Amino acid sequence: MSDTAADPRLLRAPPKRGLRLSWADERFRAIIWQVLIVGVVAGVIWWLVGNTRHNLEVRRIATGFGFLTREAGLPIAESLVPYTPASTYARALLVGVLNTLKVAVIGVVLATVLGTLIGIARLSKNWLLSRIAATYIEVIRDLPLLLQLLFWYTLMQTLPGPRQAMHPVEGVFLSNRGLRLPWIQWEDAHSFALLGMVVGIIAAVVYGRSARAKQMQDGQPRKIWPAAVGLIVGLPLVIWAAWGAPFQGDIPALRGFNFQGGMSISPEYFALLAGLVTYTAGFIAEIVRAGIQAVPGGQWEASEALGLQRGKIMRLVVLPQALRVIIPPMTSQYLNLTKNSSLAVAIGYQDIVSIANTTLNQTGQAIEGIAIIMGVYLTISLSISLFMNWYNSRIALVER
Amino acid sequence: MSDATLHAPAVSADTPSRRPPITVVGPVAWARASLFSSWLSTAVTLALAYLLARWIIGFVDWAFINAIWSVPVNAQGAQTQACRALQGAGACWAVITEKHRFILFGTYPYDEHWRPLVCVFLFIGLYIVSAMRRFWRKELALIWAGVLFLIGFLMWGGALGMPYVPQERWGGLVITLILSTFGIAFAFPLAVLVALGRRSRMPAIKMLCVVYVELIRGVPLISLLFMASVMFPLFLPEGMNIDKLLRAQVAIILFAAAYLAEVVRGGLQALSRGQYEAADALGLSYWQKTLFIILPQALRLVIPPLVNTFIGMFKDTSLVLIIGIFDLLTAGKTAIVEPAWQGFGIEVYVFVGIIYFIFCFAMSRYSQGLERGLNQHRVR
Amino acid sequence: MKPTRLATLRATTIRALGAVALVTAAAMPALAQQAAPASGADTLGAIRARGALICGVNTGLAGFAQPNSQGAWQGFDVDYCRAVAVAIFNDPTKVRYVPLTAQNRFTALQSGEVDMAARNTTVTLSRDTSLGFDFPAINFYDGQGFMVKASLGVKSAKELNGATICVQPGTTTEQNLTDWARANSIQFTPVVIERVEEVVGAYAAGRCDAYTTDVSGLAATRSAQPNPADHVILPEVISKEPLGPFVRQGDPRFADIVRWTHNALLTAEELNITTANVDQAVAGDARPEAQRLLGKNGGLGQMLGLDNAWAANIVKKIGNYGEIFERNLAPIGIQRGPNAQWTNGGLQFSPPFR
Repeated sequence: MSDTAADPRLLRAPPKRGLRLSWADERFRAIIWQVLIVGVVAGVIWWLVGNTRHNLEVRRIATGFGFLTREAGLPIAESLVPYTPASTYARALLVGVLNTLKVAVIGVVLATVLGTLIGIARLSKNWLLSRIAATYIEVIRDLPLLLQLLFWYTLMQTLPGPRQAMHPVEGVFLSNRGLRLPWIQWEDAHSFALLGMVVGIIAAVVYGRSARAKQMQDGQPRKIWPAAVGLIVGLPLVIWAAWGAPFQGDIPALRGFNFQGGMSISPEYFALLAGLVTYTAGFIAEIVRAGIQAVPGGQWEASEALGLQRGKIMRLVVLPQALRVIIPPMTSQYLNLTKNSSLAVAIGYQDIVSIANTTLNQTGQAIEGIAIIMGVYLTISLSISLFMNWYNSRIALVER
Repeated sequence: MSDATLHAPAVSADTPSRRPPITVVGPVAWARASLFSSWLSTAVTLALAYLLARWIIGFVDWAFINAIWSVPVNAQGAQTQACRALQGAGACWAVITEKHRFILFGTYPYDEHWRPLVCVFLFIGLYIVSAMRRFWRKELALIWAGVLFLIGFLMWGGALGMPYVPQERWGGLVITLILSTFGIAFAFPLAVLVALGRRSRMPAIKMLCVVYVELIRGVPLISLLFMASVMFPLFLPEGMNIDKLLRAQVAIILFAAAYLAEVVRGGLQALSRGQYEAADALGLSYWQKTLFIILPQALRLVIPPLVNTFIGMFKDTSLVLIIGIFDLLTAGKTAIVEPAWQGFGIEVYVFVGIIYFIFCFAMSRYSQGLERGLNQHRVR
Repeated sequence: MKPTRLATLRATTIRALGAVALVTAAAMPALAQQAAPASGADTLGAIRARGALICGVNTGLAGFAQPNSQGAWQGFDVDYCRAVAVAIFNDPTKVRYVPLTAQNRFTALQSGEVDMAARNTTVTLSRDTSLGFDFPAINFYDGQGFMVKASLGVKSAKELNGATICVQPGTTTEQNLTDWARANSIQFTPVVIERVEEVVGAYAAGRCDAYTTDVSGLAATRSAQPNPADHVILPEVISKEPLGPFVRQGDPRFADIVRWTHNALLTAEELNITTANVDQAVAGDARPEAQRLLGKNGGLGQMLGLDNAWAANIVKKIGNYGEIFERNLAPIGIQRGPNAQWTNGGLQFSPPFR
């Protein structure tokens, strides 16, 4: 290949010639085809839009996003931002988006962990463990997710009521109202400490990179972890202490109908999360298994011959190679999990689909409601794709 | 010992050859190597065996020993007190005994249930024929067209003494099969076109295909189904309207086509450039090249992921529950609306789950076998 | 590749594609055939031409509309569909039922996918006007209430502060609940589930302290519980929920048929004409109104564009209002209450047949 490429005669571009208005000219045909197809698509869209406008007019359905500023009047059970039924539709939809993100982000993390564990278990030398993992993967992947979610939700409802709640440790209650955990009373100091931690993590990453760059220059390995711990743990602690180290426990207790105080995980959220995580983990396990198996055994042997320890082989040799196989299908699993979280509507978790659906029902704004749902998911999907593409290109083989 | 030396050659011929020690071969050795190879492994084996045994005993108790298989049904309806008295200690399979025909066939006229049943078998036959490599020819498309036509004829009826059954009465398993099979059958040609378009050198067409694929893959199927259910009627001119089932079917076709297009594109990319160049060298036109050289090879490559996409579609059709179409899962859920049967959801879910599992498991086993078969040349 | 082989291949491909196209072409008209006129057109003519009434019903609500084990639709609303079919065709089987969710019920009727919807829908001003429907009759007077477990010891809805309440979204119920809670400064945690069997399951399992929906629905749910005495329906009724079948605006003729079908059912009950005695009544009931109702004189059916025996047919094949009620709603524990005849202190009142 390099021989022919070096031949200057073959590097020359084909001679340019003018466009002929004849069916025999390939470029002319291409232009006609494109104009034709784009024209047909545009025509169909124009027809649909025309019909829609006519229908909206005939049925006297108002269009536009004006309804967003109207009072929603719909009750929402869990929300990350303050919300009352007197809030606007815009705010209700924001709550929905945040709820979707809440289940997607935590779901992705947990599914990755569980999926990796099952994938490794699948490769275990222990026959029983490997068989159970294989059965799990097969069964989970062959049942519709919606059925699994309904099953989880039915299961959550068989838990005892709040007055007979399971009470394994002081302050922890498990009932059909969900899981209640002790938490701290949130104050400004905690918010600042959290902010400090984010800053600390960024600083630790920057420090780690510069240390690595120096190591590349002089070959001297540097210890990164003391500074990292100091930045990630120490900094927030200092900030917290500077604000007077407030610490007030918030222990849940049964008052009236329900538990009050503490942190709560609702059965709807739990059922959705459990269903999504166990389902996606089945797919991730297969991806992880295939990824690890894709690294040839020679890599292990060669690394051992170099005298590397087992942990280091995994971390420095096998995993980076396996990741290249794993990342692209993993990305699509993350996307699937996010999109599948829309099934929340079937079990009563109020994500964006559920809330947009109710909004659409109450206002009759079908087009706007569905546009909002699609817009939100497209944004999330594109963000995940972009991030994973960036990560993928970072770890890709640098070929010279 | 001295004997042995004397008759050495004779002995080795007469006495049976000694077995290797049981620590090297046989079940004991196997167990040692794969169940008790180390302390950790032993602990894991024991713990898992204990949990498994407990779970199996509990399940057998619930599903068989304590279960109730039928209850009396009189003029007031089913008498489910016996089931309620179990308080969850055993399964109430009576709900399946009573409702299985509704779950399988939905609101299809009771006396005509043989028609959807025949259709289910036709679908299964179609899958089996498509799975056999000797039928992987262009004629397969004819078989599909013929069988799908026959299924439509059987379901609608209206001739040969079969009363006409409008499609809003169709339901149950056959809807699941129709939505997924017709979904794939119509999505497939569209997907091939889109995949070709995405690799086309014409920028406008490439752009259109990219936008279509990314748009559809970026949103959940639910939003497309909502669109089909609520928005689609607004798109049509006044007076014209399309049945709910067909609208859902269109949404599923559009959805499946985007995913299939990516699968097909994978096959097109996997083909070596030499094939394209050789075809060009023969002076074939674009369509000749595509139809006779590229697609036959590319499609063969993508059959395993194609089957996986089909499994995905098969499971995803259950989402039509949310827009009120009576597929298998919706029929199962509607079966327990009747007051007498409320609260026996687990039994119905298990029943429906087994049906889904049988179909998906068979297909996924097939796809795995196929993958191994097609990759044979790579295995050393 | 030889040209002959190419040609055969091409021929096969074309044949295969042709066959697919044929199937599509054959399937399309069958799927799209039920086009009904949208607003303002002749619904009755379309129904007659089609040979069947297309009626939107609930996807599954005990007592009102649900398929039985044989897959046949049954219930109070379903009987209204059948009654209209009898009025038009004298045949209760000439109905095609389209199950509608709370979400797509309005679109389905607007777009002409169904001719009428009998889907326990509350009559409101906005639905009557801006959504473009007509509610010709109110066949069931209802109101929203609460049900709680007796073991909670709650006696009044005012005591529900802090409770978890199960509710179905996208309905007037949900908005009534928030309005009421704000008016009475009651804090509550909602559990919002779309499908009725799910929401009932959640309440029965104790996921919520209270379940709110129309009182009829509460009664039905209560009677379906293993031990109905464990559940109490609280005395407060927080809203008016008049339910009725609805049709597209702009076709008064069809709206009249639905309206007077309902009135015929009521009048038959008022006159004590039942499935059992309707034949005798047709033969020899001397009461003038009975004669007009049953089409013996007056020609009222023709004024509606129907056969004069339409009402007699309805009573014969479906029964009167009381019989429909007894058949569908009494078994699930719903009392006549406000739906009794006006002569018995209820709200159901038919204008005179004359």
